[in-house]
Amino acid sequence: MPEPVIELTGVCREFPADPPVRALDDVTLRVDHGDYVAIIGPSGSGKSTLLNILGLLDRPSSGSYRLDGIETTALRDGARTRLRGARIGFVFQSFHLLPHRTVAENVMLAEVYGQHPRRGRLARAEQALEQVGMGHRIGFRPDRLSGGERQRVAIARALMARPSLLLCDEPTGNLDSRNTEAVLDLFDGLRSQGLTILVITHEDEVSAHAKRRVRIGDGILTEQG
Amino acid sequence: MNIRDLWAESLAGMLARPVRSALTTLGTVLGITTLVVTMGIAATAGNQIVGRFDELLATSVTVEVPQNSRQALVSWEAAAELRRLRGVVSATALAQSDKSSNLVVTANNLLDPTQVAGQTLAVVAATPDLPATTRGRLLTGRFYDAGHLTRGDRVVVLGEQAAAMLGITRLDHAPAVFINDRAYTVIGIIGGLQREQILASAVLVPPTLGPDFGLKNVTRVLVGTQLGAAELIARQAPLALSPNHTGELQVIAPPSPKRARDGAQDDVNGLFLILGLVSLIVGAVGIANVTLVTIMERVAEIGLRRALGAARRHIAAQFLLESSLIGLTGGVIGASLGTVAVVVVAAVRQWTPVLDIRLALAAPAVGALVGLLAGLYPALRAARMEPVDALR
Repeated sequence: MPEPVIELTGVCREFPADPPVRALDDVTLRVDHGDYVAIIGPSGSGKSTLLNILGLLDRPSSGSYRLDGIETTALRDGARTRLRGARIGFVFQSFHLLPHRTVAENVMLAEVYGQHPRRGRLARAEQALEQVGMGHRIGFRPDRLSGGERQRVAIARALMARPSLLLCDEPTGNLDSRNTEAVLDLFDGLRSQGLTILVITHEDEVSAHAKRRVRIGDGILTEQG
Repeated sequence: MNIRDLWAESLAGMLARPVRSALTTLGTVLGITTLVVTMGIAATAGNQIVGRFDELLATSVTVEVPQNSRQALVSWEAAAELRRLRGVVSATALAQSDKSSNLVVTANNLLDPTQVAGQTLAVVAATPDLPATTRGRLLTGRFYDAGHLTRGDRVVVLGEQAAAMLGITRLDHAPAVFINDRAYTVIGIIGGLQREQILASAVLVPPTLGPDFGLKNVTRVLVGTQLGAAELIARQAPLALSPNHTGELQVIAPPSPKRARDGAQDDVNGLFLILGLVSLIVGAVGIANVTLVTIMERVAEIGLRRALGAARRHIAAQFLLESSLIGLTGGVIGASLGTVAVVVVAAVRQWTPVLDIRLALAAPAVGALVGLLAGLYPALRAARMEPVDALR
């Protein structure tokens, strides 16, 4: 049996306060290669904390997190950063595109850090943009794109580094229903190509597309059908 | 991270806000311009001063012989002996006193009550090599020589102005001047003196005639040296002239060229150097401020870069390079403006602009250094940011 992409075992995350706030409480989660998982829950339920830990942006207070079979909790800052850059593609609610750079430059940013050859970078960016249906907007600046187009560029940037996990934080939170549909269709397509996708959302429409749904409430995960 | 990627990211970061970046460079531009102008003008002016006086001043040594003792400290022959010193081109012994400086000289001995016939002129006894030492030129006639001295001929040579005052222009009728009711034949008129120009209004007499005017002893020795020999000759001359009384002779030597240049620079530099440094510090504070503001604006970008795998050092390097680039730009503009200013000032004053090439090259580097130092703290702040906080 191959290694799961994500394997959380007994993960807790406490924030120092009086009394301490326990944002995640003994979380155990396994996501296999090719899974499409939606994490749903109201605000304040620990969604963001879970996302930060999954994205190696934060460390759990206790427990174990294995990404592609690599135990991450013992890694030092630099190694976690390299792992993050190589294995995880982020998609944010607010896109996080650099306003002064073209679409192609924004996508190519994914290869700036890490051991990627400069040769053929533009071609790879074009390929990633084609994959999300944005091949015709290469020289545009983000401020001339619609919200849906911007999110697709951001997804292209996430795909550029060929991650083993696409981590999406409310990817449709800033989009209207038509653009939401387009992005969700894109996720379905990527999923069918074998990409592992984990979406954090509070919208039922988004979670409906996922094969697996996990509800989070008060830091506790419960699997839903 | 590839160094070319780092360069491209920093350049793009700087050019993203061109107006802000341009304004940020202003402080550095001012500072570097002031420094380059200050140093350039000082070097230019210093070289002009030295250049103008070099040739004559740097080869003139004068030895003053005090007259308070009964015996002669320096003999008339000693000056000629000086020539045996290596580096001496010519040497002339002079004698002049307060009394001899105000003698009435007339061109004839007629007493014409209707006009003032006499001129008050200085009579100076000088050895025959005076034309060589003063670099003078005989306008007409000749200078007296050893023969005149040996025979004790009553001859004089007039300075150019003295001749004009006495109305003597031609010598073919062997004109005479009368001093203390005694006649002396004028055998030459000397002009174009470059050293001791005051002698142009004097009556020069051979040392043998000196006693007529109370000029028995040498009061001054003029020495013309080769370039660069003045300092050495100034030390050796008293010993050669009067070995027993070296301490009593006063030697006037030219300041060494190096000191002249330093002096000129010191005068101009001080204040403006401080001004330039202050501008640089203000520029650095400006860069630090703007970089800090920029970083606060770009928190989300920093978070994104961290999410894309940028290590803290990558973030720090990018912002350091951005601030250094701003400093470098300021340095390049400042150095250019400063150089142009130096050339313009030199052109207006009809000087030759002198600018150390190292200064022109170092100025942009100083600008970059200022930017680098100014960027240290902001870059550290950016690198310390936690990605979780930055992405929030």
